[in-house]
Amino acid sequence: MTLIKNMVGRKIVMSITGLALVSFVCIHLLGNISLFSGPDGINAYAKMLHSLGPFLWVVRLIMAAALGLHMVFGILLTLENRTSRAQKYAVNKHLSATVAGKNMIWTGLLIALYLGYHLLHFTGQMIMPEFSSSRNLDALGRPDVFSMVVHSFQHTVVSVVYVTAMAAVGLHLSHGLQSMVQTLGLNNERTLPVMVKVGAAAALVLFLGYAAIPAGIVSRLVGR
Amino acid sequence: MILDGKSPSGPLAEKWDRRRQELKLVNPANKRRYKILVVGTGLAGASAAATLGELGYTVEAFCFQDSPRRGHSIAAQGGINAAKNYPNDGDSIYRLFYDTVKGGDFRAREANVYRLAMLSNNIIDQCVAQGVPFARDYAGYLDNRSFGGAQVSRTFYARGQTGQQLLLGAYGALSRQIHAGTVRLYPRTEMLDLVVINGHAKGITIRDLTTGAIRSHTGDAVCLCTGGYGNVFYLSTNAMGSNVTATYRAYKKGAFFANPCFTQIHPTCIPVTGDHQSKLTLMSESLRNDGRVWVPKKKADERKPHEISEDERDYFLERKYPSFGNLAPRDIASRAAKEVCDEGRGVGPGGRGVYLDFADAIQRLGKDKISERYGNLFEMYEKITAENAYDRPMRIYPAPHYTMGGLWVDYNLQSNIPGLYVLGEANFSDHGANRLGASALMQGLADGYFIISYTIADYLARTGPGSASADHAEFLRSIGEVDAASKKLLSINGRRTVNDFHRELGRIMWEHVGMARRRESLELALKRIPELRAEFWSNVRVPGSGADLNQELEKAGRVADFLEFGELMALDALLREESCGGHFRVEHQMPDGEAKRDDDNFCYVAAWEFRGVGKKPELHKEPLTFEHIPLATRSYK
Amino acid sequence: MDLTLFVWRQRGQLDKGRLEQYAARNISPDMSFLEMLDTVNEGLIAEGREAIAFDHDCREGICGMCSQVINGIPHGPQEKTTVCQLHMRHFKDGDTIYIEPWRAKAFPVIRDLIVDRSSLDRIIQSGGYASVHTGGVPDANAVLVPKQDVDIAMDAAECIGCGACVAACPNGAAMLFTAAKVTHLAMLPQGRVEAARRVCVMTETMLREGFGSCSNHYECQAVCPKGIKVSFIAKLNREYLKSFMGNPGCSTGE
Repeated sequence: MTLIKNMVGRKIVMSITGLALVSFVCIHLLGNISLFSGPDGINAYAKMLHSLGPFLWVVRLIMAAALGLHMVFGILLTLENRTSRAQKYAVNKHLSATVAGKNMIWTGLLIALYLGYHLLHFTGQMIMPEFSSSRNLDALGRPDVFSMVVHSFQHTVVSVVYVTAMAAVGLHLSHGLQSMVQTLGLNNERTLPVMVKVGAAAALVLFLGYAAIPAGIVSRLVGR
Repeated sequence: MILDGKSPSGPLAEKWDRRRQELKLVNPANKRRYKILVVGTGLAGASAAATLGELGYTVEAFCFQDSPRRGHSIAAQGGINAAKNYPNDGDSIYRLFYDTVKGGDFRAREANVYRLAMLSNNIIDQCVAQGVPFARDYAGYLDNRSFGGAQVSRTFYARGQTGQQLLLGAYGALSRQIHAGTVRLYPRTEMLDLVVINGHAKGITIRDLTTGAIRSHTGDAVCLCTGGYGNVFYLSTNAMGSNVTATYRAYKKGAFFANPCFTQIHPTCIPVTGDHQSKLTLMSESLRNDGRVWVPKKKADERKPHEISEDERDYFLERKYPSFGNLAPRDIASRAAKEVCDEGRGVGPGGRGVYLDFADAIQRLGKDKISERYGNLFEMYEKITAENAYDRPMRIYPAPHYTMGGLWVDYNLQSNIPGLYVLGEANFSDHGANRLGASALMQGLADGYFIISYTIADYLARTGPGSASADHAEFLRSIGEVDAASKKLLSINGRRTVNDFHRELGRIMWEHVGMARRRESLELALKRIPELRAEFWSNVRVPGSGADLNQELEKAGRVADFLEFGELMALDALLREESCGGHFRVEHQMPDGEAKRDDDNFCYVAAWEFRGVGKKPELHKEPLTFEHIPLATRSYK
Repeated sequence: MDLTLFVWRQRGQLDKGRLEQYAARNISPDMSFLEMLDTVNEGLIAEGREAIAFDHDCREGICGMCSQVINGIPHGPQEKTTVCQLHMRHFKDGDTIYIEPWRAKAFPVIRDLIVDRSSLDRIIQSGGYASVHTGGVPDANAVLVPKQDVDIAMDAAECIGCGACVAACPNGAAMLFTAAKVTHLAMLPQGRVEAARRVCVMTETMLREGFGSCSNHYECQAVCPKGIKVSFIAKLNREYLKSFMGNPGCSTGE
């Protein structure tokens, strides 16, 4: 409790939950790019995940908790910070704050919206149920995730939504990663500028990695 | 009246111990029943308030700034002296004592100075324990440097911000007591009167600078720690708010003002650029270690410095003082600079500046070496003047820097008004006619941390707590007077601004009561100051109201006091028919231009008693005796 | 040169306040920014109007009293320079200059450009010191301190407490100010003893005083006139974590 009563404590909660979420984002990407090796890659991956059984649910619950905390504190801190600087300057010049940094709440909310859509789409499979992997099995009897993804992303609109959401994730992380390192007190004078760059680069890599999938499908490089 | 400084008897080294033995103590259980008012929160005030609060007294601390961390002690750059003798180079308490008495040109009280030298060591211990980040060597020991021409390295320093670090240490100690509830802080509060009841200091009247409210605070004793009066010159290295008001109003209530003419002028300040100038910035004296001071031989020479050939330059310090050259003491270097400018050979805007040239040093040692030694000073100079001192000589000019004079106090730091104590630069006691470099910080902290707690207890134990009542007629009268003065200032509605008067007063003081004083000029000042004062009270314009924050009104009150105080200073300078330390009378000099002291007639402290505005104050003398250091003439030839 | 000024005027905390336009004429490039305002004020007084109130004292960049946001930047456009050390040669004839007070919930405006920064004092009062009594301390050289540590402590201790970091922070946070004090004392053996409790109570005071939290934008570092580094904020966070692991909840008592 004391942790969340202290403003540094709250930021540390943000960092640790952020770290959990970004770890998930990384692992998720590693899983997703198995799509590039065709149906065998991703469908095997999906089967493996399902075989984890209760463990999968443990991970899901942890992620849900991390997400919940991250969102609650993110919104709370944003509201608090706004009241701390209620009156605006007539002229306001930022010297080092970035677009990404200033819009964390908006990219965050966008990601939350997208996440709802994404879960309904690929996890709950209530959007475009005709491609549902739980209903359509591949030749080896595994859920056909590959076809579900490829068919979904062949709709340009869907791809655009996904790429846009990934841009939001990228922006969010381009500030969030370095911010996390700083809040956890892992920086010194030398590492700080490096971390700012590394954070941004890592965010870019994640964005490109994720965006590559719909891009590959729309451009017909994948799924033919 | 012959004043008694109440120095303890006995051998020099035992005096302070002996006095502490004689002083009464206050019962610990009773301490909180005594209320002490501490005015000012620079080094002296913050350390005093913290120490007294820690002992259990009820303390109220006042400062006109928004935070106690902003007292002008913060601007001291160089360092703080202590007789630690860490470098093993021959220093001792006695040597620091000797240097201070001699540096003060034999116008300080021996016993006080010895105590100061003794306590200097405790100060360093105390500050280190507080976490003051003094410079250290690679082995982790404290580092020392030699400062202001001292022959031993006894100066402790924290980069170029020693005053800041010491003040933040004292501010930390004070903050701790505020948190503990023993000290109550009143920032943005200015003391405007001292309340004296039956001859004892029993409170002060203040103005809350935010709301404009005027009210009194009662106390069992009052400590004034309100700094010096250098701003009587308008332009000085003091902060804009530094003023004489607290000490001057105590003077008007009967406290004696001692040696007001002892002021120190610092030779290496950045020159004035025009009438808009509001203050002067000091640069460390260490610059003179490598810079050569010169002016053109020709009058009003408008050429650029590099166009003036070597034989057309006058290296006047090297010429006049061949053995000390550019390192001649502060007062001598300052006076020499003013003389050449008065001859019309000054450089820069208005001809009020001399060159401090590093070309030779750069050639000899290389630019890197010079930048290593003075890089930050060169940067500061460039920030203010936009000139690069690596390429062209710096311009410097002397500026008022420190005031040795102040309210008269005895050995216990008590003024002639019982219950009124005066600490730090606000008193007169330890520096005589001239202060050594790195000694101001030492004095402020010695007074606040280590002296006042003993001596004030003696007074309190003798008087008993809670003797003052806020409804006493004196308090009501004091509030009435302060209120009337403020209303008067607001009602004049004349044509000139407060700054305008201050500027003119400063010009009079600088020209006639400045570095080199002569009878005619002092008499002229004594004629012109009252005239200016009369005009002030009929022609000043102070807009706004007294019922809220009004910076013009604050300034007006301070300038009104300077307009009276300047007269006292000129009078003191006129009557001291000798030259000593920072006080130089043109009539009294050696054939070579050195100060000529007159120990037969002036080996005393001149303490002035107020007799009414425009009336001649009464002079009281405290004779100075030198039992341990024989009176000697200093020579820097 | 001639300038157009838009200056924030506000009579008191209850007044809403507004920008007012003034002309500054015949300004010399050698003037400091505050001397320029002095000149404007002299003119206002001559016209019988009230002078613009602004905080200032030492005018040599060390007392930390001056506090103005000039064209959107606390202390103005010159790097590592307080307003009092900013000179008019950095402006051009005909320039328009906006002058506003520090803005933060924890810094209510008292009048015009003057704000109440006593919240910073209260952060220090809650624990920004080494709890040492006067007297009874060991010899100054009894405890050795590595030079590297003292140098870092001094870098942090140079903070002048002006509050520009708060004014620049989009969250009105006082993290750089607090981090500087926490670091200064945590680097020295004399301050180390209380480090855990100090960081805890000082950060709690920040929250109580209405300061925001740190979003790592580093605006504070960009405007700090003394070049205090945000790496000290990382140090504060580290100290906080250490403190939390050791004893959650600042419960060390007085």
